[in-house]
Amino acid sequence: MRSPILILALGLLATAAAAADSVTLLNASYDPTREFYVEFNAAFAAKWKAEHGQELKVKQAHGGSGKQARAVIDGLPADIVTLALAYDIDAIAEKAKLLPADWQKRLPHNSSPYTSTIVFLVRKGNPKGIKDWDDLIKPGVSVITPNPKTSGGARWNYLAAWGYALRAHGNDEAKAKAFVSALYKNVAVLDSGARGATTTFVQRGIGDVLISWENEAFLAITEFGKDDVAIVAPSVSILAEPPVAVIDKVAAKRGTTAIAQAYLEYLYSEQGQELAAKHHFRPRLESVAEKHAADFPTIEMFTIDAVFGGWAKAQPTHFGDGGIFDQIYQP
Amino acid sequence: MPLLLKKKTVLPGFGLTLGFSVVYLSLLVLIPLAVLVMKAMGLTWEQFWTTVTRPQVVASYKLSFGAALIAALLNVVFGLLVAWVLVRYRFPGRKIIDALVDLPFALPTAVAGIALTALYGPKGWIGQWLEPLGIKAVFTPLGVVIALTFISLPFVVRTVQPVLEDLGKEVEEAAASLGASRMAIFRRVIFPEIWPALLTGFALAFARAVGEYGSVVFISGNLPMKTQITPLLIMGQLEQFKYAEATAIAVVMLVASFVLLLAINLLQRWTTRRMAM
Repeated sequence: MRSPILILALGLLATAAAAADSVTLLNASYDPTREFYVEFNAAFAAKWKAEHGQELKVKQAHGGSGKQARAVIDGLPADIVTLALAYDIDAIAEKAKLLPADWQKRLPHNSSPYTSTIVFLVRKGNPKGIKDWDDLIKPGVSVITPNPKTSGGARWNYLAAWGYALRAHGNDEAKAKAFVSALYKNVAVLDSGARGATTTFVQRGIGDVLISWENEAFLAITEFGKDDVAIVAPSVSILAEPPVAVIDKVAAKRGTTAIAQAYLEYLYSEQGQELAAKHHFRPRLESVAEKHAADFPTIEMFTIDAVFGGWAKAQPTHFGDGGIFDQIYQP
Repeated sequence: MPLLLKKKTVLPGFGLTLGFSVVYLSLLVLIPLAVLVMKAMGLTWEQFWTTVTRPQVVASYKLSFGAALIAALLNVVFGLLVAWVLVRYRFPGRKIIDALVDLPFALPTAVAGIALTALYGPKGWIGQWLEPLGIKAVFTPLGVVIALTFISLPFVVRTVQPVLEDLGKEVEEAAASLGASRMAIFRRVIFPEIWPALLTGFALAFARAVGEYGSVVFISGNLPMKTQITPLLIMGQLEQFKYAEATAIAVVMLVASFVLLLAINLLQRWTTRRMAM
């Protein structure tokens, strides 16, 4: 009788041999990074092959940031996550314990190799004359932004408005709440995700102004042309830091820790930063940022840590059950 | 009870088929439902109650159940009409219309939602005519009703159709020759026959509409207290990684749906028995 164990062992050996010269990574990311990572993955795979002689295939999974985090918690074997907000990676650390709680300190700049911010997209010729946040609460201005309860991007939008109002009214919380309430009174539709809101504004033709990720706004312009919509940069906005992390336990199990780490470090390299800038994310590296300074509007930015004390505090206060977002809709 | 089970039936294979049915139903329905209830039990009774009775959630129950009820009722009336036309008349293109009825089943719901929103939006083919009349179809509860009516249409048509087909014309002719008016024929001859199927169709359409998510989120606008359906609030809870709270709301929906379906079932039995007498 031929031993089935022998066959199994041979099979395993063959797999191990194959693994030595080819390796896969899974990067679970959020929606607007699709185009960027296609190009970045190809660049990194080429570099890895040249340096280590190993064939690398990076698989991508895209979806809403929260949805991706839940997939990883429920067992999606992602070696790397590149999500829209730190809160979602915090949840992976807290609920599934797949990486340490202080993951955000492991890489430079709060583990966010590129940043973005929140800007406005208006109709051709800006018929409502929208220049800054104050114009969004004027009567008769219809605002489009997604629902912060279901969209990570929408939470950045809300916090950007709140931060502006705090600054404009001498840190008066009550006045900030009144401002944000007035803003959401002008919101006709709260799509469930950021892409949906862009579609509502650009293709449905609904609303006078879309509050949007800066990179998404640039994408809408390349997609639909400068004739239809234009970007308006507010005087003040939030520094959106989409963070990245290696999922330690998954990578350890799959034996990809070193390559996953190298992948994330490459995001911080000059080549990685150039690609980020090309896809309308603001680079962190001084030299690349200077080179592309003209590509991005000048906006004064505040961080979520400075104004809101980080996601761990901002999330329950503003978006939790009975939080401020709930309150502004209660009669 | 054990005695009852031991009683021999004429048909063979009872034990095997029942066993298979129970395993199949357990895997597909009962175990997932049990997990749902177990997750919700991670909350204390007080937490459960505050989660499911927040004003936003209560407003969403009204919208979800109300709109599903209206949609199912609309489909009872117009679905019956469609089934009637398809069964009773022969005309060119009948087969095509017959196939069209199933389309809402086949279409991915998100596609349906996007298409309906484009159609009924202020710049859409239909929306541009409604706007001057002061009727706002998208981003209002009306939009929710439109989407739910669309996705639940096939249920009524497909349950009533076979019953109508089986209904011999002779019975109607007999009634007519005995001097019954058209109204009387419908009320006393046809209606009692199709009533159980109509109720089943209504129940299925309603159940399908209550749980619908994909198409509604595009057309409703998702405004808190106004146009948020309950499944969206469940998504909102999941987005905060609050699994227990999400399942708590789901359990309330489930129990309410189950009670309603049970009531419809009982009503169906009771009326059928009464009409048979």
